[in-house]
Amino acid sequence: MFAMTPLEQEAVTLSLLVSGWAVAGSLPFGILCAWVLARTDFPGKTIFDGLIHLPLVLPPVVVGYVLLVMLGRKGPVGAVLHDWFGLTIAFTWKGAAIASAVISFPLMVRAIRLSLEGVDRRLEQAARTLGCGPVRTFFTVTLPLVTPGLLSGIILGFARSLSEFGATITFVSNIPGETRTLPIALYALTQVPGGDDAALRLCLISVAVAFAALLASEILSRRAQARLMGN
Amino acid sequence: MLTLSVQRRQGDFRLDLDLSAGPGVTALFGPSGSGKTSAINVVAGLARPDSGRVVVDGRVLFDAAAGIDVPPEKRRLGYVFQEHRLFPHLSVRQNLLFGWKRIPVSERSVELDAVIEVLGIASLLDRRPAGLSGGEKQRVAIGRALLASPRILLMDEPLASLDANRKAEVLPFIADMARRFAVPILYVSHAMDEVLHLADTLVLMEDGHAAACGPTEDILSRADLRHLTGHGEAGAVIRATVSGHRDEHGVTALAFTGGTVLVGRVDLPVGASVRLRIHARDIALALDVPGHVSIRNILAGRVVSVTPSVDHLVDVMLDCGGQTIWSRITSLAQSNLCLRPGMRAFALLKAVTVARSDIADRSPIEG
Repeated sequence: MFAMTPLEQEAVTLSLLVSGWAVAGSLPFGILCAWVLARTDFPGKTIFDGLIHLPLVLPPVVVGYVLLVMLGRKGPVGAVLHDWFGLTIAFTWKGAAIASAVISFPLMVRAIRLSLEGVDRRLEQAARTLGCGPVRTFFTVTLPLVTPGLLSGIILGFARSLSEFGATITFVSNIPGETRTLPIALYALTQVPGGDDAALRLCLISVAVAFAALLASEILSRRAQARLMGN
Repeated sequence: MLTLSVQRRQGDFRLDLDLSAGPGVTALFGPSGSGKTSAINVVAGLARPDSGRVVVDGRVLFDAAAGIDVPPEKRRLGYVFQEHRLFPHLSVRQNLLFGWKRIPVSERSVELDAVIEVLGIASLLDRRPAGLSGGEKQRVAIGRALLASPRILLMDEPLASLDANRKAEVLPFIADMARRFAVPILYVSHAMDEVLHLADTLVLMEDGHAAACGPTEDILSRADLRHLTGHGEAGAVIRATVSGHRDEHGVTALAFTGGTVLVGRVDLPVGASVRLRIHARDIALALDVPGHVSIRNILAGRVVSVTPSVDHLVDVMLDCGGQTIWSRITSLAQSNLCLRPGMRAFALLKAVTVARSDIADRSPIEG
């Protein structure tokens, strides 16, 4: 039986916690942005679209550095959060979650947007004639119809968060028990002599976690699809 | 009661419509592109007119001048679309109750059990739309719209996407429903048999405006509207009553003001009210009562007018006891018989030429 060492357990738990929060926190914004991109038209939409996709093409280190500058204790946003609310973001697991969320955001938005564009608008019209206002129609008809896209957006975001390294290490560094997620723990092990065996174990754990996430997404997606198809 | 007076420009197409629809079924009939669907979308609030007014039951839903445009969800109208548009993620029951749930209890005029019974969908309630046949889906869609207790029910060619068998399956439900729930219906169609079965009032649409509007029998019997009701459809539509059956010969007698017509056996009780379409091409004319002849239906009348039609044919209008009957004969026959207005003539109709689809049950439902 494969038993994890306390260090491995800590890294896995932290990774799941950070990724979970990253996805949960960014999902409402992801849905909103996907809706804006799929359904509205306004001057400057291309720029808005570009901004959302920026983290996908920027080196993660750049994202991490920008976050550090903005959200660091002396940064314009970070200072306000610290002085007014006593919140510290940089060099904490919350910072790791924010870094992951920013990096995975474009992937999540893309998946939800595609799914939203595939929704039959005529069903929404039907809901309107049946007494549903636009907001209610969105929650009772549109959202259930994009469930498969929503799930794939969540899983994509989660998987990308699990693998997040560059922005995280730049923004929140490598602090055991606080920001040392799986990839960072793995990287740290490769930097010390004789860490090969432990690194290999972490590799295997990473593969297992990622694979489990993919499998779960596939099963959930199929169920959602089957529900819509009438089984 | 619906009053509609709207103008709307849509690319090259111009909708300029003035009409009112009272109780019963009002059919908007016309070729595709004549503005039928635009018209009911305007009523539903799914399309916005450039100018004009839409009033239902005294409530102004749209008034360009006053800046009123009630959103679709607040109009309290039911809409049955050409495609069923059922929500795939909900069961049949949840679909049916979708609009019903959103109506205040005091304003619910239609209840689930009654709708399930009339539409015959009790066995489908726990299934999902994807597993239903086309006819079943459309029945559920009708039920869903009806359960929203609409002030008026809009139906946009609800049978057009169904094959002939499915159509025959759903048509009686609509006829039954219109009478049972006493909800006014605005029915868009380009199929004459649907109009014949359902419409109390007929509006003929042409190029975005209403070319004619009136009781269905009157409109369909008018010669000047033939180009809109269709040459193949030329004929008279009369109201009649089932006066008896002669089962040994498999025929049914239908009485109307101008006499009695025998047709193939119809499964309706004696006394039932029907609407009968008699095609002009099925009527032969004679100047005297013919002696030994197989034709059982011989109606005495008087020639009102003789109008040349296409391809060396003439349309003869006959008055049979106050009822207009049309006959289409060759111009050769007309000149041989020297048919002129004012002459006595007999209209001959073979019983077998009256198809079952030309006879529509129009009896009111008791209770």
